[in-house]
Amino acid sequence: MIVDHPLLGPRDSAEFVILGDAALLDRPDWQDPQAPERFYEYLYLRQNPAGLHRELWYHEQGDRSWLVVTRDTTTHDIVSVELARDVARRNKAKP
Amino acid sequence: MRYSAFTIFSQGLTGNRGWKELWRKPEPKPSYDVIVIGAGHGMAAGYYLAAKHGISNVAVLEKSWLGSGNTGRNTTIIRSNYMMPENQPFYEHSLKLWEGLEQELNFNAMVSQRGIVNLFHSDSQRDDFVRRGNVMLMSGADAELLDEAQLRRMCPYLDFDNARFPIRGGLLQRRGGTVRHDAVSWGYARAASKLGVDLIQNCEVTGFRIDKGRCVGVETTLGPIAAGRVVSCVAGSSSRVMKNAGITLPIESHVLQAFVSEGLKPCLPGVMTFGAGHFYISQSDKGGLVFGGGLDHYNSYAQRGNLPALEDVCEGAMAIMPMLGRARLLRMWGGVMDMSMDGSPIIDETPIAGLYFNGGWCYGGFKATPASGYCTAHLLATGEPHELAAGFRLDRFRRGQLIDEKGVGAQPNLH
Repeated sequence: MIVDHPLLGPRDSAEFVILGDAALLDRPDWQDPQAPERFYEYLYLRQNPAGLHRELWYHEQGDRSWLVVTRDTTTHDIVSVELARDVARRNKAKP
Repeated sequence: MRYSAFTIFSQGLTGNRGWKELWRKPEPKPSYDVIVIGAGHGMAAGYYLAAKHGISNVAVLEKSWLGSGNTGRNTTIIRSNYMMPENQPFYEHSLKLWEGLEQELNFNAMVSQRGIVNLFHSDSQRDDFVRRGNVMLMSGADAELLDEAQLRRMCPYLDFDNARFPIRGGLLQRRGGTVRHDAVSWGYARAASKLGVDLIQNCEVTGFRIDKGRCVGVETTLGPIAAGRVVSCVAGSSSRVMKNAGITLPIESHVLQAFVSEGLKPCLPGVMTFGAGHFYISQSDKGGLVFGGGLDHYNSYAQRGNLPALEDVCEGAMAIMPMLGRARLLRMWGGVMDMSMDGSPIIDETPIAGLYFNGGWCYGGFKATPASGYCTAHLLATGEPHELAAGFRLDRFRRGQLIDEKGVGAQPNLH
């Protein structure tokens, strides 16, 4: 797989470490009354879709940036690649 | 027809015209006591339901042909060298069932207890393996520590003096070995079919019929089928199937690749695993070296992987057996694993009454087939988990009671 890095251009997937579902960017609020349940879901449950999956990739053998890669788990096609910090900022900007 | 030396002899004299199909090919009935989804572990569950609990009004639904999924995509190794108290007795029971399997099923599954050696490469790893060996012995399994001299006599061709990963010895389980994987599903299907269990191939489950919080049947590509109890045994696709019942699982699907070399003369006595990386190897009865390594590390349902994983596996091969560099690769394939969040399986009821779940087998599914079927049948028949699978509960993640054999936390691609 070739990852089209937003800053560095096309890179070999072997340069990356994969953490998993990009939902991990949205950490639950620890002060929420439902926090134990929210953290259980956050830590252990995964949607694990067959199809498009947004996931966190870390460019360990490169510029050490975190990326959000949108990839089809049935074909391995990479549809889009964004910097994770851009995605996180966008998520934060949402009400 | 019962198989025996006499049957082979008499069939040989009569032109082999009397052999019958191994299992019936029934049309699905409108209703069953139990529906088992998936004919891998599910076929074993169907067999033990009929054989041990007398429940034979059972359908085992397989979306493709028998043995087309992970049963036909593994590296056929059996062993019981685990350490966690929830795992080790279960896998040891599985190994015992393997030992009696062929007599019980009257089917040659080519169970070959040729031994498995886990190599160690440092003093601290030796200490760790001594501890593991003691845990194995205490569970009633066998384990032997081989020092370097013993191992040199057994496998002189290993790269003992490798500069980076010198081989100091190994932990041997003589009762471990390999089994002919297809024959396992054929044997279970034949024995279960004889007891009245319906194996229905090319029947994909597309949904569950849920009435007032109770599962009362399944929707399939061959139409709806009613059932008293339903169990999903579809490791690899568990998330996809259970999503239809509205259940989100603590599982990610990952691809694991395996490889076979061209056929060679006998050179490996048993199964061998590299202690400093992901690589394990055995030799099939046809002579091909069957080997594999770690995951590709990304979520996948594609049943095929990429070349970086192959390179990593081959590096492991060259580190312990430089002679393999001259063998040519014949085939490679990928299977989809249910990687659970702690690396251990799940055999349990679900929040929906009448719906049960068996999955999360990570790389360990094949060796577990008999015990998995055995414990799943027990759960379905009695409503209580079998004591050997009592730790494999679905809610253990909520309770924080993880069975993390490798100690890497909730990171499925590292287990």
